[in-house]
Amino acid sequence: MRTEIQTVSLRNRLGRQLQHGDLIFWIVALLFAVLVVVLLGAIIAVTWHGSSDARHAFGWHFLTTSAWNPVSGQFGALPAIYGTIVSSIIALLLAAPLGVMIAIFLNSLCPAKLRMPIGMMVELLAAIPSVVYGMWGIFVFIPFFRSYISTPLSKTVGSALPLFSGPVNVGRGLLVAGIILAIMILPTIAAISRDVLAVVPNSQREAMLALGATRWEVIRHAELPYARAGIVGGMMLGLGRALGETMAATMVIGNTPKIHASLFQPATTAASLIASQLPNANTELHSSALIYLALVLFLITLIANSIARALVWRVSRTGSGA
Amino acid sequence: MQESDVTLLFRDLRGGRISRRQLLRKAGMLGLTVPTIAALLAACGSGSDSTQTASAGNTASTGATTPSGTSGSPVANGSPISMGDWKPRDVKVDLTGSGSSFVDPAMQLWVQQYKKLAPNVTINYQSVGSGQGKKDFISGVTDFAGTDAYMTDDELKQAPGSLHIPVVLGSVAITYNLSGVSKLQLSGPTLANIYLGKITTWNDGAIATDNPGASLPEAPITVVYRADGSGTSAIFTNFLSKVSDEWKSNVGFGTAVQWPVGIGGQQNPGVAAGVQQTPGAIGYVELAYATVNKLPEIAIKNATGAYVLPTLESTSAAAVGFINELPDDLRVFITNPPTGEQAYPITGFSWVLLRPSYDNEKTAQALTDFCYWAITAGQTVSKSLEYAPLPDPVRAIEIKKLERVQAGGTAVFQAPM
Repeated sequence: MRTEIQTVSLRNRLGRQLQHGDLIFWIVALLFAVLVVVLLGAIIAVTWHGSSDARHAFGWHFLTTSAWNPVSGQFGALPAIYGTIVSSIIALLLAAPLGVMIAIFLNSLCPAKLRMPIGMMVELLAAIPSVVYGMWGIFVFIPFFRSYISTPLSKTVGSALPLFSGPVNVGRGLLVAGIILAIMILPTIAAISRDVLAVVPNSQREAMLALGATRWEVIRHAELPYARAGIVGGMMLGLGRALGETMAATMVIGNTPKIHASLFQPATTAASLIASQLPNANTELHSSALIYLALVLFLITLIANSIARALVWRVSRTGSGA
Repeated sequence: MQESDVTLLFRDLRGGRISRRQLLRKAGMLGLTVPTIAALLAACGSGSDSTQTASAGNTASTGATTPSGTSGSPVANGSPISMGDWKPRDVKVDLTGSGSSFVDPAMQLWVQQYKKLAPNVTINYQSVGSGQGKKDFISGVTDFAGTDAYMTDDELKQAPGSLHIPVVLGSVAITYNLSGVSKLQLSGPTLANIYLGKITTWNDGAIATDNPGASLPEAPITVVYRADGSGTSAIFTNFLSKVSDEWKSNVGFGTAVQWPVGIGGQQNPGVAAGVQQTPGAIGYVELAYATVNKLPEIAIKNATGAYVLPTLESTSAAAVGFINELPDDLRVFITNPPTGEQAYPITGFSWVLLRPSYDNEKTAQALTDFCYWAITAGQTVSKSLEYAPLPDPVRAIEIKKLERVQAGGTAVFQAPM
């Protein structure tokens, strides 16, 4: 009898001290959060250390020069940075309106029967491995693109506009890579936009309808403004994927570390250059330059994310549903 | 679906209805990966295949055949190597190696076959690329490395005395896409000028000179190269450096270079797809890949003035043609050999790197035995995967090097007389 009371009080005391599990949970959660920080720190430390040779040899000029000569040891990241940013921006420009449109359709215009299958198909796009996109790009899309898009464009507009000038017989290039990337980031943007549109309160829509708004006006003035922050967030997640995409990009972009005025010409991206040359680098300086390039890519992603944060913050400060 | 195709192939090979070469072609068409084909061949190791040399399992277990059963190969000079009743020492040890992906299919098949001879020796080879393989070897993570590029002087300083043992010969086939032209030949300087971007159309005078009587279209040339760093690129650019001063001074050679013109494809399939899809394209791939996929090949002019197509025989002939120029350490590119009318000029060694001295005696014993087996009996195994066998004179030098490997101050390997 006495011992029983003692045990209970002991358990109570222990429980009180540990706040009935709260403390343990807090510690576990903290550990996981710290783990992310440690992991990130380790990655930065390794890339910083690995790139020291190249950083000492080229400094900031690495970002502004465009020679990439593994034999003579001249390395400049400008073509890779240019290819990465331009292909990702093309992807975002194509995928953002399309993704939002898909989300709107699925959310408020689609017949209930079709909603599930179409939604699933869009999400299925996200599950396809990037090497399959690359294959599809090489064997299906590039021949189509060359016959029906790049050849006619370069023969007409291309003669006046260097952006679309030829020759185009190779097929692989910056624009093709941008389009493939657009297809790859489409499900990310569509799925997130759909989710944020789905949580727009019905009162918002009903208020608009009560004012006599049409369906388009409800979408334009009630739903989209309310979901703005989330949609921008989805776009930025998509952009992040496009910036870091390796396999699909390297298969269709042509892998040439040069800057051409034309979007039909081959280029390269930072991620694909690193992935293709790092395992078999010529010299220590070569691999160091590739790791330096990884650091630069890290920086680009950081900047893109900061811009996204700023955008979301600005958008949400203007007030949802305004 | 693919599973049943593989089973069918398997049955055909067992029944002797198709030869190994045909099997390779069919398997290539089915899109099987090289390791799968290797595994398939290994599974059929004891199958009857009269058109090829006896399968390795048999050769090795009877231990009687001369390893140079490659009767067709021009390996005339140098005494043939007899293995007598040599058997590898079956010591209980784990060997680890990493490196070249080019040698990987051969290595995996060797490891599988060798396991039958020495069941206690476990060999683990990881295909991580030559560069990483050398790094692992230098830092002491692995017991041996596979590499398509020999160690630089700097690397050799970090791992003094490392032995370079060529285990297979590879060559680089030049493939093209030009409808209506079924036979094409090029001299080295012309090939260099194409890759330099100085020759831009197929009806250029220099190409016409190499192909008297051929009707060449006025199509623009699209150059395709390997985007990933690779030994194939190193051999190819090394050849171009030897035949063109302009290439040597402007571009140079290495696993990756600054290509003056063209587009890059990933690995052999990427280059092949780039060439096949682009009319007027030219590209280079490993010979084995070109053979398996039946890609059209260009005959290249060698140093004696003959135009030679890449084959296993002409690849072995290149190593023979280079024999007088071989340095003692075998660290050399054997491109453009000075002699040998049959020699295909764009060829190279793929090496295994060994330490001059190992701490563990068992490791040293098993490694030297494995290397000895690989360069002798193992050559028929690798030949079944379209790797050119090493000629006898080269093997004689290598065996001398294997005898230099030590453990605890004493030599661990003695070749059978």
